[in-house]
Amino acid sequence: MLTKRIIPCLDIKNGRTVKGTNFVDLRDAGDPVDLAKKYSDSGADELVFLDIAATQENRSTLIELVKRVGAEVNIPFSVGGGISDVSTAYNLLQNGADKISINSSAVRNPDLITDLSRQFGEQCVIVAIDAKFHKGKWMVYTHGGTKLTEFTLLKWAKETQERGAGEILFTSMDNDGTKNGFACEMLRTLNHEISIPIIASGGAGNMEHFLDLFGVSDVSAGLAASIFHYQEVEIKALKTYLSQNQIKVRL
Amino acid sequence: MVAIINYGAGNTQSVINCLDRIQCEYILTDQPESILSADKVILPGVGHAATAMQSLKDKGLIEIIKNYEKPLLGICLGMQLLFDFSEEGDTTCLGIIPGKIMKFKPLTNEKIPHMGWNQISKRTLDPLYKDVVDNENFYFVHSYYAEISKYTETICEYIQTFTATCRYENFYGMQFHPEKSGKVGENLIQKFINL
Repeated sequence: MLTKRIIPCLDIKNGRTVKGTNFVDLRDAGDPVDLAKKYSDSGADELVFLDIAATQENRSTLIELVKRVGAEVNIPFSVGGGISDVSTAYNLLQNGADKISINSSAVRNPDLITDLSRQFGEQCVIVAIDAKFHKGKWMVYTHGGTKLTEFTLLKWAKETQERGAGEILFTSMDNDGTKNGFACEMLRTLNHEISIPIIASGGAGNMEHFLDLFGVSDVSAGLAASIFHYQEVEIKALKTYLSQNQIKVRL
Repeated sequence: MVAIINYGAGNTQSVINCLDRIQCEYILTDQPESILSADKVILPGVGHAATAMQSLKDKGLIEIIKNYEKPLLGICLGMQLLFDFSEEGDTTCLGIIPGKIMKFKPLTNEKIPHMGWNQISKRTLDPLYKDVVDNENFYFVHSYYAEISKYTETICEYIQTFTATCRYENFYGMQFHPEKSGKVGENLIQKFINL
């Protein structure tokens, strides 16, 4: 049986891991490759690297990082942050990234999803969607959650699927940073309406939240950052706990 | 020396990284003579079956692969190409292993692609899998699968039972990505290299 995936997210700035809340008060948290190896050894199923300060100038730093991660880590990993064209994606994939995630650039230019999917295959293309409940609807936001778009979550998710996304990484902005649990009900609806795998993000505060997530929504994967960084939840313990509660995971 | 066939497959760098980690010598090549002189060949594969076959054809590698007599390992799409035919783009493949590659048809709400870690179980005593315990997890990413046949060596369950790995004479296939399947995957590549 296909297992549920636990995915730590590493925020990257200038080639270093950073920790902080809502992109402010960032502190250096060491070498991403060391942390990636630590997560991989403790049972992470996949890794997500998010370049939170992506600029053209530091793109080469990111590529160097991708090379090092690919050389040292033997589980799949994706890279996101400011990727807005096929050639940048090509460079990252060519240097060892397994998947590319795009967010604002996909909303601005939906053809990018189609182009990436045609060129590299849908399994390489994650569309990250940030959304929150706004005036009675789940609305999509871009630019780190600062810009409201015209899309409802479901409409945009369906469009990304039709255009060839291989996975959707959905972050509930209402839940993100609260540590009060994932947006399980919305995730259940989304998972039901969408035929590609969903990675859930935003709100993880403890192990029970992951159990609720998989129990209620049945999504394919759960992603978190701070609880793993600050060792509030240990990946190995989390997976054992899920397994004891009848959620199929890789141990 | 292992030859990795260079034909634009998406996971080529991951295979290279894996061979580096296990300190295996390799050459990345699309040259027939380099392929033929290698002790082992790896045919990586991520992408579309029709594009991949066209690329092998353009490089004049189809007959080279078919006539290769030492162990050859096809990974993911590389495995699927070893079969007769794929529903992906209704593509005629290499025709080395008898059988067809079919598209997954979800019964309820199963997701396509089949993406993530899933268990395999053995149907064979092939020494290649001697150290693989039943229900070991490997990393899969695919929307098409090989039907179960007498060439199936390990099986996996998703929507239905399908071929996780197979073998026909000196041609080995792995539907999952051993190069991305942690230590167990690396060990399996190592065993193939040691054949």
